[in-house]
Amino acid sequence: MMKSLLPQSQLRRSSAAAVRSSGGGAAGADGAMADGGGAGPRAPASSTFWFLLHALCCLISLFLGFRFSRLLFFLLFSTTALYHSTTSSSSAAVLRATTTTTTTTTTTTTTTNTFTLSFAAANTPPSGPANRTALEAASSGNPQSHVVVGRHGIRIRPWPHPDPVEVMRAHRIMERVQEEQRRWYGVKEPRQVLVVTPTYSRAFQALHLTGLLHSLRNVPYPLTWIVVEAGGTTNATAAMLARSGLTFVHIPFPDRMPHDWADRHATENRMRLHALRVIRERKMDGVVVFADDSNVHSMELFDEVQKVQWMGAVSVGILAHTGTADQLRLSEEDKQNMPLPVQGPACNSSGHLAGWHTFNSLPFSGKTATVVGEAAPVLPRGLEWAGFVLNSRMLWKEADGKPDWVKDLDAVGENGEEIENPLTLLNDPSSVEPLGNCGKKVLLWWLRVEARADSKFPQGWVIEPPLEVVVPAKRTPWPETTTELPSELLDDKQEQEDRRLSRANKSSRPQGTTKRKGDPQGQDN
Amino acid sequence: MGTGSARALALALALLLACSDIAVVTAQETERIEGSAGDVLEDNPVGRLKVYVYDLPSKYNKKLLKKDPRCLNHMFAAEIFMHRFLLSSAVRTFNPEEADWFYTPVYTTCDLTPKGLPLPFKSPRMMRSAIQLIATNWPYWNRSEGADHFFVTPHDFGACFHYQEEKAIGQGILPLLQRATLVQTFGQKNHVCLKDGSITIPPYAPPQKMQTHLIPADTPRSIFVYFRGLFYDTGNDPEGGYYARGARASVWENFKNNPLFDISTDHPPTYYEDMQRSVFCLCPLGWAPWSPRLVEAVVFGCIPVIIADDIVLPFADAIPWEDIGVFVAEEDVPQLDSILTSIPTDVILRKQRLLANPSMKQAMLFPQPAQPGDAFHQILNGLARKLPHGSNVFLKPGEKVLNWTTGPPGDLKPW
Repeated sequence: MMKSLLPQSQLRRSSAAAVRSSGGGAAGADGAMADGGGAGPRAPASSTFWFLLHALCCLISLFLGFRFSRLLFFLLFSTTALYHSTTSSSSAAVLRATTTTTTTTTTTTTTTNTFTLSFAAANTPPSGPANRTALEAASSGNPQSHVVVGRHGIRIRPWPHPDPVEVMRAHRIMERVQEEQRRWYGVKEPRQVLVVTPTYSRAFQALHLTGLLHSLRNVPYPLTWIVVEAGGTTNATAAMLARSGLTFVHIPFPDRMPHDWADRHATENRMRLHALRVIRERKMDGVVVFADDSNVHSMELFDEVQKVQWMGAVSVGILAHTGTADQLRLSEEDKQNMPLPVQGPACNSSGHLAGWHTFNSLPFSGKTATVVGEAAPVLPRGLEWAGFVLNSRMLWKEADGKPDWVKDLDAVGENGEEIENPLTLLNDPSSVEPLGNCGKKVLLWWLRVEARADSKFPQGWVIEPPLEVVVPAKRTPWPETTTELPSELLDDKQEQEDRRLSRANKSSRPQGTTKRKGDPQGQDN
Repeated sequence: MGTGSARALALALALLLACSDIAVVTAQETERIEGSAGDVLEDNPVGRLKVYVYDLPSKYNKKLLKKDPRCLNHMFAAEIFMHRFLLSSAVRTFNPEEADWFYTPVYTTCDLTPKGLPLPFKSPRMMRSAIQLIATNWPYWNRSEGADHFFVTPHDFGACFHYQEEKAIGQGILPLLQRATLVQTFGQKNHVCLKDGSITIPPYAPPQKMQTHLIPADTPRSIFVYFRGLFYDTGNDPEGGYYARGARASVWENFKNNPLFDISTDHPPTYYEDMQRSVFCLCPLGWAPWSPRLVEAVVFGCIPVIIADDIVLPFADAIPWEDIGVFVAEEDVPQLDSILTSIPTDVILRKQRLLANPSMKQAMLFPQPAQPGDAFHQILNGLARKLPHGSNVFLKPGEKVLNWTTGPPGDLKPW
């Protein structure tokens, strides 16, 4: 095919072009062609010439690979090659490749790109009209279509990585889409959630309140957090509430929280009742959820409570934390009969409330904690408030549709009697609605974990005055320090804390001061 | 203020709330879908047209199916289900004199390779043989030379009967079908294989299978762009650049490192569930511009991003695809992320509302048994919209338009 397309005049022009572009093969080509130029009359020379040309072409193909050498020959014999439809599709594709700057082929090398680019200018003008006809031949058969069949370049932009501004925009789009989804398929009219939390100042208060705070911040419904604090409001709690970003009502409760678990439960109940009275006074509207500060709540709880009509019950997982290293020694029989540690509504087959699951405390009898902070399991007493949710309108003096089986709040707890659980607010406990797939889904966990009632902790968890006591510890990893303790710091509790503090300080203070000055000279108290 | 007025106020308030409650519950956010032909998705074709179904020997339909029942499950199964639907449909008439349209049940895509892909090489002969049969046994073909007949040709390039585009273009549409109406999945503007007046339909996607993979509608859509499929077809296109006109390869090379794009060649078992968790689903062309991905995206509420130049989408006159999907030119693929993130949010929400319209989803499916508003009914509606037949449909006696002897000699052999 190549031999048939070799007019002499083109040879000279294209050989000059070939010299400019291709590497090693060009010199040979030049020589061969110059040879061939004057080789017309010499018959044996012409056959050797063709042989040499053939060999040369083979060499070029070998070095450049089939596709590139095909390209080279195409460009050498550009105008004539175009009219042959056999190569039209590839030629059209190649022409497309020459016009776009960011194409790569699957076996790309940088030399390829420059190669094609340098020939773009040289070749497109003479092959302009030819270009279009070739494209037409290969296109979808219709002159108006610009969609070309055949090989196309793969377009890659110079920096194929995400742009951070666009990523943020995409995330905003997704947020908006999800908000719309919630609006369509989620709760139709989201009601406000009124969270009632009794709390008091102790070492673990910050821990529990921080956890609850973060849970409440994630609730997608409007929320008001009603915090009742025993012993009056404290600045630490007030500061935490103010920083939370939630709408809150901080109510002081005059009595102090007792150290006894039984009394503590009773006081908490009274605090909750007090909160309910505040809701009633202020006519707050929404769903009342009793969230004790040490409990853990799932997000589905808040979605589920939106469905409550008047009073609902959810399943609570009871986590009886033993607090000691010894496991309760249960008999085999006990272990088998051990019911699930869940408190919640029990339904019959038609999905109506049939009774209550309560926590079985028999295996724990005699071994439960009586004083807060004691290392023994803390168990719930009867039904916990956390498993119930109310519609706040139930508490109002006057509410449309308020059922008769709800007692008036004023009539409850007036005479100082024990309010064990919210069922005492009702005349007829059978009208409670079971939520969470009829109690099958445990939506929150009840847990009581506390430090010792008298454990010290810095007020508001701010260390004031700053730590400056340096006490060499009895056992250090560094062998050369003294192991003597100054006598005045032999107080029981202080020793514990200072050991901890000194170890922290050891890393910041240089060795020398504590070692040489065995006397407590560098110590200020 | 006495208790009486307070009660009245509370009552009025509660009543108002109750009313608003009712209003909110019924106002599900959907929008009516109107295409260029008007609000026609829910039209009932019964009474608007009559279809006569030719009774062909079973070698054209049932025997093929018996030989290979896989034909019922692949994406070309529309031809079989259309036949079954018409046999028991209310638009069917047993009196050919009063029929507006004539249907020929020939399953041209039921010759499958061991792997399950249809071989179209015998299809022209099969079609030709069927037409010869109806032309000799009934007078209605010669009356109009097929202008009031319709055929379902769901193969890659429709009635061009070839899977390779260059060869399909070379062959062109079967000459005998020149005047008939073709119901096909392939659609591309200014393409030899899309005849004027053809009805584009969606490919068959199994409705039962999609139903079983539905997830709760309030699952938040957290994937921005989703795609599963090939980017390079190394088996048939080892050099690259032919498959999908390089568009799929471009998507991969540009966005493989982009965390917003969840694209890969995996075959996850959660494919349908993942689509329901995505905002955009890419529907790029492959060897042919159409694919079942469009149907899946519509059913699962994921906005289809169509990357196929000049494509004609199913039921284009009944469904305003411009409002529902996003069209990206193949040369703009490197800027796909900028394009998608710069769509205004209210436009995106509107597209989702349109996709949530149940009549939209119904129109893309071929359920068994047929339901109102599904793809079968849309096809009949499309045929009904072409009525009454124009003056050039019926030929004068003795007039002949079709040339029965053109075509490659292989196709002229009897089947």
